[in-house]
Amino acid sequence: MIAGYRRPAPGVHPRNDAPAYASTAQRAPRKHAIKIPHTLSEITGPRFDSTPALSADLTRFDGGAALGERIIVAGRVFDDDGRAIPHALIELWQANAAGRYAHPTDQHDAPLDPHFSGVARILTGDDGEYRFITIKPGAYPWRNHPNAWRPQHIHFSLFGPGFAARLVTQMYFPGDPLLALDPIFNSIADPVARERLISRFELETTVAEYALGYQFDIVLRGREATPGQD
Amino acid sequence: MSTRLTPSQTVGPFFGPALIRASDGRMADGGARGERIVIEGRVLDGAGAPVPDAVIEIWQANAEGRYDHREDTQEKLLDPNFHGFGRAGTGASGEYQFHTIKPGAVAGEGVALQAPHINVCVFARGLLHHLMTRIYFPDESAANSADPILNLVEPERRATLVARDAGKSSPRILRFDIVLQGDHETVFFDV
Repeated sequence: MIAGYRRPAPGVHPRNDAPAYASTAQRAPRKHAIKIPHTLSEITGPRFDSTPALSADLTRFDGGAALGERIIVAGRVFDDDGRAIPHALIELWQANAAGRYAHPTDQHDAPLDPHFSGVARILTGDDGEYRFITIKPGAYPWRNHPNAWRPQHIHFSLFGPGFAARLVTQMYFPGDPLLALDPIFNSIADPVARERLISRFELETTVAEYALGYQFDIVLRGREATPGQD
Repeated sequence: MSTRLTPSQTVGPFFGPALIRASDGRMADGGARGERIVIEGRVLDGAGAPVPDAVIEIWQANAEGRYDHREDTQEKLLDPNFHGFGRAGTGASGEYQFHTIKPGAVAGEGVALQAPHINVCVFARGLLHHLMTRIYFPDESAANSADPILNLVEPERRATLVARDAGKSSPRILRFDIVLQGDHETVFFDV
């Protein structure tokens, strides 16, 4: 018997059918997803051990320094039994300090920064830890509803040990007044789970005379106990 | 049940520079063993419109039916030239493409074998949580009828999970459209 991944509690992950987020209207499936037991296909997944570095500095690109407020983001990746997940691939992307992505379809009338690409790939260390230095992303408008603005955020993509633990999410910043108004953030039904996407300012992560530090831990699915080992 | 999990959020529209590299869709370039195949298709929304900002990830066993992963302890050969993961973004008409090999059958529960299949994960703007599905093969009808996962699907919807042969070509081209919503909605799995 295979020990599968534990199912998420209701309300943790958003439902795709979320009317306040207009793009879901034509894209959310209408039929129920069919629950399947976990086989080798679900508990296995790709490994990226040899690919990227253990840390990244996004504040310099193409021979110059990016504009904006430098910040440090650090944390650990765990499973929900509290076990560190080493060598997990984290892929990051974000807008620049002016709220503009270095992406051809981003037409927001804010300046691009030639010294900021806003992307990185890192691996967690032996204790699941990660750290990167970046520029605090700006808020930006989107056309979901009149005068709609996304809160400042950094996109995270994570590969844990199995494909069933795959996660793409967004990290937010404490005290952002746009969070209360954001249909994407508020698509998470459970308010306690929602708060877990807000990073924490932390003086220990802050580097004197250099940059403020934010702590953001990420928890991926843990495993069911193996039958017979309960 | 998991209670401390980090919630999912949409991949949004601006993931390209971070996630998409053309080489990630060419999985058999390193001399992998097995039948070379091309998997291609379109991602369509509930209005039948193309979804030009989706990411498709696939994860599959090698030609012997073994996953390159420490938890796959089946007595089958690993292929040092095939690792089983691919990723592609969709283009303006919603199309995606992978160059890979046909996977072998892998173990299911107990003694049951699963029919050869490719695991698929779909991300897009407008999807707050990724969708999981599977691609099965049109030349495996006996194995498909015995597949324990396909058999969890209502018979009239199973065809959405079987790729179509796109005519004679070498390598073989298999079409697999992913319909997010509507009458011909692809079957998605709660994994």
